[in-house]
Amino acid sequence: MDRKDKQLRKDIAAGPARSVLLAGVGGQGILRASDILCRVIMEAGLDVKKSEVHGMAQRGGCVTSHVRYGQKVYSPIERKGNVDILLAFEKLEALRYLDYLKPSGRIIVNETEIYPPAVNLGTMPYPDNAVALIRQGFSTVKVIKARDLAAAAGNIRAENTVLLGALSPWLDFAPDLWERVLKESFPTRTLDANRQAFHLGRDYREGEGGG
Amino acid sequence: MKLLMSGNEAIARGAYECGVSFGAGYPGTPSTEILEEFSKYEGVYAEWAPNEKVALEVGIGAAVAGAKALVTMKHVGVNVAADPLFTVSYTGTNGALVIITADDPSLHSSQNEQDNRNYAKFAKLPMLEPADSDEARRFVRIAFEMSAAFDTPVFLRSTTRVSHSKSVVVAETPVPLEERRELRIDPAKYVMVPAMARMRRVEVEKRLRALRAFAETFPENRMEIRNGEAGIITAGMPYNYAKDVLPDCSYLKLGLVHPLPERLIRKFAASVKKLYVIEELDPFLEEQIRAMGIEVTGKELFPYTNEFDPGVIAGAMGLKTDASIKPPEVVIPPRPPNLCPGCPHRGLFHVLGKLKATFVAGDIGCYTLAFMKPLAGLHSCICMGASIGMAHGMSKALGEKGRGKVVGVIGDSTFLHSGITPLLNLAYNQGEAVIVICDNRTTAMTGMQEHPATGYTLQGTKTKEVDFQALATVLGIDSVREIDPYDLKNTRTVMKEELARGGSSLVVSRRSCVLFKRHSPETRKPLRVNANKCIGCRNCLDLGCPPIAWRSFKDRPAHEIVKNAKKQDGNSYIDADSCTGCTLCQQVCKVGAIEEVE
Ligand SMILES: Cc1ncc(C[n+]2csc(CCOP(=O)(O)OP(=O)(O)O)c2C)c(N)n1
Repeated sequence: MDRKDKQLRKDIAAGPARSVLLAGVGGQGILRASDILCRVIMEAGLDVKKSEVHGMAQRGGCVTSHVRYGQKVYSPIERKGNVDILLAFEKLEALRYLDYLKPSGRIIVNETEIYPPAVNLGTMPYPDNAVALIRQGFSTVKVIKARDLAAAAGNIRAENTVLLGALSPWLDFAPDLWERVLKESFPTRTLDANRQAFHLGRDYREGEGGG
Repeated sequence: MKLLMSGNEAIARGAYECGVSFGAGYPGTPSTEILEEFSKYEGVYAEWAPNEKVALEVGIGAAVAGAKALVTMKHVGVNVAADPLFTVSYTGTNGALVIITADDPSLHSSQNEQDNRNYAKFAKLPMLEPADSDEARRFVRIAFEMSAAFDTPVFLRSTTRVSHSKSVVVAETPVPLEERRELRIDPAKYVMVPAMARMRRVEVEKRLRALRAFAETFPENRMEIRNGEAGIITAGMPYNYAKDVLPDCSYLKLGLVHPLPERLIRKFAASVKKLYVIEELDPFLEEQIRAMGIEVTGKELFPYTNEFDPGVIAGAMGLKTDASIKPPEVVIPPRPPNLCPGCPHRGLFHVLGKLKATFVAGDIGCYTLAFMKPLAGLHSCICMGASIGMAHGMSKALGEKGRGKVVGVIGDSTFLHSGITPLLNLAYNQGEAVIVICDNRTTAMTGMQEHPATGYTLQGTKTKEVDFQALATVLGIDSVREIDPYDLKNTRTVMKEELARGGSSLVVSRRSCVLFKRHSPETRKPLRVNANKCIGCRNCLDLGCPPIAWRSFKDRPAHEIVKNAKKQDGNSYIDADSCTGCTLCQQVCKVGAIEEVE
């Protein structure tokens, strides 16, 4: 562990527990992504807890995963108004969980739209200004087309890894730590695509095209 | 070794670490993964029983033979297992018996929110309650030690948040507890006829007294003294929420929630100016503490319903929260769980939902979701197995008025869980109803567990496979048929014929769950809507299939609009990425607008 890592660990340990809320739709790989995130945090020497609800919610319903970390973590779930980073796998879900963020909270929104039943049936509209609504309340918003980047990496199912990549510069954990955990998390068959997806997400700068 | 584990994985690990090698259970969220994980450890025997009552009886048998037995179920499973539970409390267990009850505050995946701590008091059994994964692991060993030491079944209560949260576990190398398996005949202890049960009844009270004394010095009933102002008595997951919000209070954290350590509670109460109890659901601790004559604040501040989180506690304690974010001013369409694309239940319920003036008594499983619009093909859900008895009762109550109008639907796993006896009753008492087994060849809702009709056991051995049709015939059902729910026309015809014929019928609606690969290796071509043919009638949308969406002409550029009917105001669209090609939409389309993607 180099000096920067040690300092980071100290900084995090000194403050209250930090939190990331991952939100999206069943089948998007949210639980896998939050598992990887937790492994990185654990390997960085911090305490970590995460929580999600399985079961009925997987059948196309909303899926959220709370991740909290710090020197010592008690609750595995964060309260409303207190989340540091919202990692939204889908635009509508970004809106749904916006009130979990603290006023200074940061958001990453995936441009993907997955229609819920009422939208499919034409009885309710899918909000067409989701990103604008998000920007109204928050100054740090990163919008990303994770599916396109995943396709560019050679595996559209790696959308979740693209989003982890996009999250990674905001958390300051050493890149080689991510690298190691990614390697342990994927079978060789899909590792290259996922590694590529992670980097495309990590290097993504809004406004520079690329997706 | 530090590992990140869910509460359920940690319970399995805990059992393995103390050398437990016998497990039985029935799946149910949030308990399912405990037995699945346990079954993977080397040298372990584990089985899915058809229901929780059988699972507990299997566990009792193993324990009486000297084994250390683990039995797992969700909270409502204990209702099913309650009969043996209350009497094994009298007999004791010889070996050791630990029952995991996984409760579901907030009803994330359940039909009710019962607080199973009440069962510990009711059945006079000790109950441990861990607050995180590492405690879950450690408490399993304590539970087995207590079971052996006090000759009693021991409950370990988890909740959804404990079972499905992950936290750091310090895994230890297994140190097996002693176990001696042998036949042991002891009628005075195990034959619970009145004369002998009366004697054991006295033993139960003796045991409770001993357990109360044990609780007083049990190290997992732990005091954390910070200041003398406010003291909090709590247990399980709410301890974590409280610690986050109220780090400076004093705590009495109970690892054993039944029986309670009265002297310790008095001591703690005396050391603080104001005493709170923070517990989800029922005022279980609060009422007992108040009955000790101790003044305590609990449910006047904290809710009775739903699980807590740190925000609930901050709110109840009147603390200012910095929740200043106003939700955006936009209507966010809800996203309820839905039947998957290609789900075999969809075809059946499309047909049932369109039967006029017919009551479809439902049951629990993925198919319960078919109650929602647009399918709206199911009209009740009470508990596992209720559909058949209800359909029978309804047909008897309605008599002539109900003839040809009562259907009961039940999943394959649910039928084997508790549908056989009511089917027998339907035949025996000559009810008039059509019962449909939604046989998707697996227990889909809880994640594809094996059951007695799948042909495999929990640990993957090939085994006998029950034949639903033959079973219904020997029970005395008048007419027995099979349908493929992907074939809408035949499904409709058979349902109409069976409803018209009177007497009792069983229809097996058989088609494997689309997510379950054992039976459906063939991949079908996804479908698409040919806009040059679609007349915008919305028949396909009536299926409520996730890939099918309505696209209104309203806000679309002129060149995209193709009208094939006078009043057409939009057309359907299928997302080829998620379409499985089940062809139901093709079958309901009257103009042949739905085609295979080339
Ligand atoms: C007493 C009880 N035990 C367990 C459960 C959890 N549970 C609900 S439905 C179900 C089985 C579903 O399987 P099946 O009937 O085959 O229907 P499917 O989901 O496959 O459509 C289970 C295990 C419950 N609700 N109640």
